Amino acid sequence: MPLREAGAVTGVGETKYLRGTDRTALSFQLEASLNAIRDAGLKPSDIDGLIPYGHGAVAEDFITNFGIKDLRFSATTPMGGASAVASIQCALAVIDAGICNHVLLSLGRTGYSGGRIGARVQQMPQFKLIGEFEMPSGAIAPAQLYAPMARRHMELYGTKSTQLAEIAVTTRQHAMLQSNATMQRPMTIEDHQASRMISDPLRLLDCSLESDGGAAVVISAVDRCRDLRKPPVMVMGVAEGHPDSPSAITQRPDLTTLGLAKAAPKAFAMAGVTHDDIDVAEIYDCFTYIVMCQLEDLGFCKKGEGGAFVENGALGLNGRLPVNTHGGLLSQAHMAGMNHIVELTRQLRGEAEAQVPDAEIGLVTGYGDMGDGSIAIMRRD
Amino acid sequence: MDTTYDKLVPAPTPDTQPYWDGLKEHRLRLQRCADCGKVRHYPRPMCDACWSMNTDWVDAAGTGTVHSWTITHYAFHPGWKGDLPYILLTVDLPEGVRLNAQARGISESALRVGLPVKVGFEPVTEELTLPVFEAV
Ligand SMILES: [Zn+2]
Repeated sequence: MPLREAGAVTGVGETKYLRGTDRTALSFQLEASLNAIRDAGLKPSDIDGLIPYGHGAVAEDFITNFGIKDLRFSATTPMGGASAVASIQCALAVIDAGICNHVLLSLGRTGYSGGRIGARVQQMPQFKLIGEFEMPSGAIAPAQLYAPMARRHMELYGTKSTQLAEIAVTTRQHAMLQSNATMQRPMTIEDHQASRMISDPLRLLDCSLESDGGAAVVISAVDRCRDLRKPPVMVMGVAEGHPDSPSAITQRPDLTTLGLAKAAPKAFAMAGVTHDDIDVAEIYDCFTYIVMCQLEDLGFCKKGEGGAFVENGALGLNGRLPVNTHGGLLSQAHMAGMNHIVELTRQLRGEAEAQVPDAEIGLVTGYGDMGDGSIAIMRRD
Repeated sequence: MDTTYDKLVPAPTPDTQPYWDGLKEHRLRLQRCADCGKVRHYPRPMCDACWSMNTDWVDAAGTGTVHSWTITHYAFHPGWKGDLPYILLTVDLPEGVRLNAQARGISESALRVGLPVKVGFEPVTEELTLPVFEAV
C-alpha cells in the first residue's frame, strides 16, 4: 500500500461563506487557496501541483496569480461532489511518484449568486444520456434523479422521512456552533416535516444549500509535512469508487448502493483501521438520504438499517458517530465537500469550533455525478 | 399538439435516432446486441457483455412493473410549471432494462413497487413523441 501515509493535509483554508455576492468564483478560489497555503506556513510559489475542482479556475489562473515558476503537475478529478476527496488520492499518487511536494486542492463558486447548482446538470457532458432520455420527461434536477433511490429504500426497508429529518436537524445543530455557517436558525423534526415537498420523498430541508465562497486544502509529502506551521493530518487510506450504470441511476441494478460501497473497503484496508476506530465522520450531504445511504455503504450498519442508525441524535457531537460537525452542505455551505476535508483536518488537529473530544481518527467522503464515491481516512500525527 | 413547446427536447444521435423514430410510430424499440443478444438501454455504441458494435432493434412488449418513483412538486425548468405535481416512474421492463417516464391516469395512492403498468405514447411536437406509463 504505497500511498498509505505518503502524505498529509498540511493546510486548510476557507472564505466567509455567503448567500449573495458580487465577487467572482475565481476570487473566492484564490482567497481560500491563499488561506490554506498560509495555514501550512508555505508561500504560494511553493505549490508545485494543482488539482482544482472542475468547472472553475484552471492551472493557468494559479500560475498567473500566485507567480508559480515551476508547476510540475495539474489535473482535475471529474466526479462531481466526489472530486474533492478523490483528488486526495490523485495528490498522494503524484507525491509518491516524486513529481510534487505540495499539492493544492481548491474550489471557488458562486452557487447562489451565479449559475444555480440545480440547473448545471443539463450542461454536463457526463449526463448526456440523462439529457436525452430523462430530462424530456421532466426528470431534470439532482433532487428528482435521486428521489427514486430514496423512495426505493423506503419501500424496501421501511425508511421514514422523519429519519431523514434526524440528519437535517443534527446537521443544523452543528452549523449553529460554527462562526462560518450560513444557516443559524434552529430546526426541529417538525420544521423538516412541514417544509415543502420538492420531489417526493425529498423535502426542501432534505436538500443542501446553494452557496458562494471557496475552500482549499494543501497535501504535502510525508518528508515535507512535519516542519510546517501546523501538525500534519496523515492520510491513512484513500479510494474512489464508481457505481454500476454511473450516469443513469434509472438503469442501475441496485438503486440503493452507491460507488462508495466499492471504495470504502479499500480505504479501510489501506488504513488498517475498523469502524470502531472512527471518532468523527464528515459525510457528503447534498441530500439527507445520501448521508444515510453512505453510512450503510461505508459499513457502519447493514443495508436498510441506516434509518434506525441515525435516530435519537446518533450523529450528534455526543452521539455514537459524530457526523458533519461543521454543518455540512445542508447547513454550513455547499462547497462540494472541500469544506468536509477542511473540517476533518481541524477536528484531527483539535482546533474545530465544534470539537469532538480526543478525535484521533476520522473519515471524509465525497459523492457526486449520480453516484461516484470517494473516501479518505485520516489520523492525528 | 403544442406549437410553442417550451420543454427540454432530446438531441438524437445516429446511435439513438431509431429509438425516437420508433416512439413516433408508437413503438417502444430497444437496442439489442446483434451478436450476443443482450438488450441495452439507453442506446449506445457498444455491448458491455461482448463488446460487439453490431446492433439491431427489437420492439418491447410495452409492459412493465414499477421499480421506484418520485412525485415532483417544484418546477426545475419553467416548461414544467403547469404540470405540477407530476409522477415520474422508474419501471422494470420484461426485456431486462428500465424506462423512466411520467405516469398517466395513476393516482399517487396506488403507487407501489411491483405495480403493473403499460407504455403509452404522447406526441408533443411534430418531431417528438414521449413515452408515458398508464395503469393496466
Ligand atoms: Zn453482446
